[in-house]
Amino acid sequence: MGLDSGWALAWVRESARVIAEHRAELIALDREIGDGDHGENMDRGFTAVLAKLDGVEPGTPGDVLKLVATTLISTVGGASGPLFGTAYLKAAGAVTGAEELDGAALVALLTAARDGIVLRGKAETGDKTMIDAWSPAVDAAAAAQADGASEAAVLEAAAAAAESGAEATEPLVARKGRASYLGERAIGHRDPGAQSSALLLRAAAQTAAEAAS
Amino acid sequence: MKKLINDPRAVVSESLQGLAAAHSDVVTVHTDPDFIVRAGGPRQGKVALVSGGGSGHEPLHGGFVGEGMLDAAVPGPVFTSPTPDPIVAATLAVDGGAGVLHIVKNYTGDVLNFETAAELAEVEGVTVRSVVIDDDVAVKDSLYTAGRRGVAGTVLVEKIAGAAAERGDDLDAVAAIATRVNAQARSMGVALTPSTVPHAGEPSFTLADDEVEIGIGIHGEPGRERIPLEPADAIVDRLLAPILEDLPFEGGDRVLLFVNGMGGTPQVELYIVFRRAAEALRERGIEVARSLVGNYVTSLEMQGVSITLLKLDDEFVELWDAPVNTIALRWGR
Repeated sequence: MGLDSGWALAWVRESARVIAEHRAELIALDREIGDGDHGENMDRGFTAVLAKLDGVEPGTPGDVLKLVATTLISTVGGASGPLFGTAYLKAAGAVTGAEELDGAALVALLTAARDGIVLRGKAETGDKTMIDAWSPAVDAAAAAQADGASEAAVLEAAAAAAESGAEATEPLVARKGRASYLGERAIGHRDPGAQSSALLLRAAAQTAAEAAS
Repeated sequence: MKKLINDPRAVVSESLQGLAAAHSDVVTVHTDPDFIVRAGGPRQGKVALVSGGGSGHEPLHGGFVGEGMLDAAVPGPVFTSPTPDPIVAATLAVDGGAGVLHIVKNYTGDVLNFETAAELAEVEGVTVRSVVIDDDVAVKDSLYTAGRRGVAGTVLVEKIAGAAAERGDDLDAVAAIATRVNAQARSMGVALTPSTVPHAGEPSFTLADDEVEIGIGIHGEPGRERIPLEPADAIVDRLLAPILEDLPFEGGDRVLLFVNGMGGTPQVELYIVFRRAAEALRERGIEVARSLVGNYVTSLEMQGVSITLLKLDDEFVELWDAPVNTIALRWGR
C-alpha cells in the first residue's frame, strides 16, 4: 500500500511544526552567512500553509503539494519562496492524479522537486545551497527504491542523505545566493536552505514511518 | 534591541499606514497585497516604472513614487523580497497601455520573484521589460557569486529612467536608458555599525568598536575587508579607488557624485565624506557636475555610507534635471 493524501497532509503539518520549532536555529544559521531571515520566512510560509489546510478536502497527494507550492510562492518571498514553491509545484506535477504513491512515485516526486530548484536557482552540487541536501536525497531514494525498499524506507534514505548533505555544506565556499559574497568566510557554516530542506525531508520520512506502523 | 515599533510583525504595514496618512497628495497605498502607487491612477500612454524589494531601505522604493520617477513600489518584509502576487498587482494597477519596466536590484530573491511576476503579468496582457541593477563594485568575482549587488545606484536609475518615461519614451527606450545608467554607475559602501532586523532581534553581524567593514551590502552582507576605523578622508579614498578603476572614471569625465547615508550616519558626516570625494575627483580632473547627498538607500539604523559615481552625458543631465515630485526627491516644479 502506498502513501496517500492522509500522509501528504501529515507531512505538511509535521513540516510546519518542525520549521516553527527550528525557526530560531534557521535564523541563526542565516545570520552567519546570509541576512538572517530564513527561519522567519519559512515559518511565515508554513503557518500560511496550515491555515489553508483548514477546511480543504484532501484530494490526492499531488493536490496537497500544489496547495503548499502556491501558498509558499505567495507568502515566503526572498529566494526561498520561489525555490521551495517551484520544488513543491514540480513535485506535485510528477504525481498528478495518483491516489497513492509507491516507491517509484516518491523517487519521481523528489527528482522533480530537485530539478525544479536547479532550474530556478541555477545552482549546482557543491555551490553550498539547498541542492546539496536535495541531490544526495534523490540519489539515496533512487538507490533504496531500486533495492526494493518500502515507501517509508525510501523516504528514510532521502532524509538521512539530506541531513548528511546539509552537514557537508559546512566546509564549502558558497557560489550562489547571498552567502556567495562571503568568499572564504562562508567556510565552517552550514547552509540554512540545505538545513531546512533536510528538516522537510525528515518530516516526510517520519510521517511515512508513522503511516506504515 | 531598542526600536520605535509596536510589533515586529507589523513594522511594514504600520509604516505604510503612516506613509499613506502623510503623503496622500503624492501616493496611494494599497494593502493586501501591499504596494504604493502614484496618486491619480495610471497615466495612459506612459511607460510605467515598478520597483520593489525588501523593506528597511527607506526611502527606497516608496519614497521615489511620483511624477518623474516610479509609478509603483512594492515593499517586501524587512530585507526580504516581496512575493510575485503584489508585484503582479502593482504592475497591472499602473499599466497605462505602454508597458511596464521592472527595476530589480540584483539579489537572488528579488530576481526570482520579479521574474515570476513578469511572467504572470504578461499572461494578463501587460508587456513587461526588466532591468537588473548591479552597481556594487565590492563584489569582486561575479563568476563565482550571485553577481554584483544592486545598491544606491538604483536611485539614479529610477530618477533618470522615470524622466525618460515622463517625456514619452517608449518601453524599449526607457529600458535602454535604465540599462545605460546602470552600466555607467558604480558604488561602494562602508559600515561602522550593523543594523538589527526587527523580527530577528539581534544585529545581523558584529563589528568591534574600532572596526569598519569596507564594501558592505545594504542588508549587512559582508564586503571586501574588515579594517580598523580610520579618519573619514582615508575611508573615502578606500571607497573611491575601486569605483574609479572599475568603469574606469578618468580625467575629463563629468560625473554625478552621490553620497548616500545608510540610515544611522548624520548629514554632518555625509558632507565630510562628500568634501573629500569631491576633492579627490577634482585632483584627477573629473568634474562633479551634479550631486546628491542624503539618506536615500538605507539599511535600517546602520551607521555607514556609500559613494556612487555616475558618468554623465548630456541626456543623463537633462533627465536628471527634469522635474520630479516624490516624497524623497522633489525639484523643478
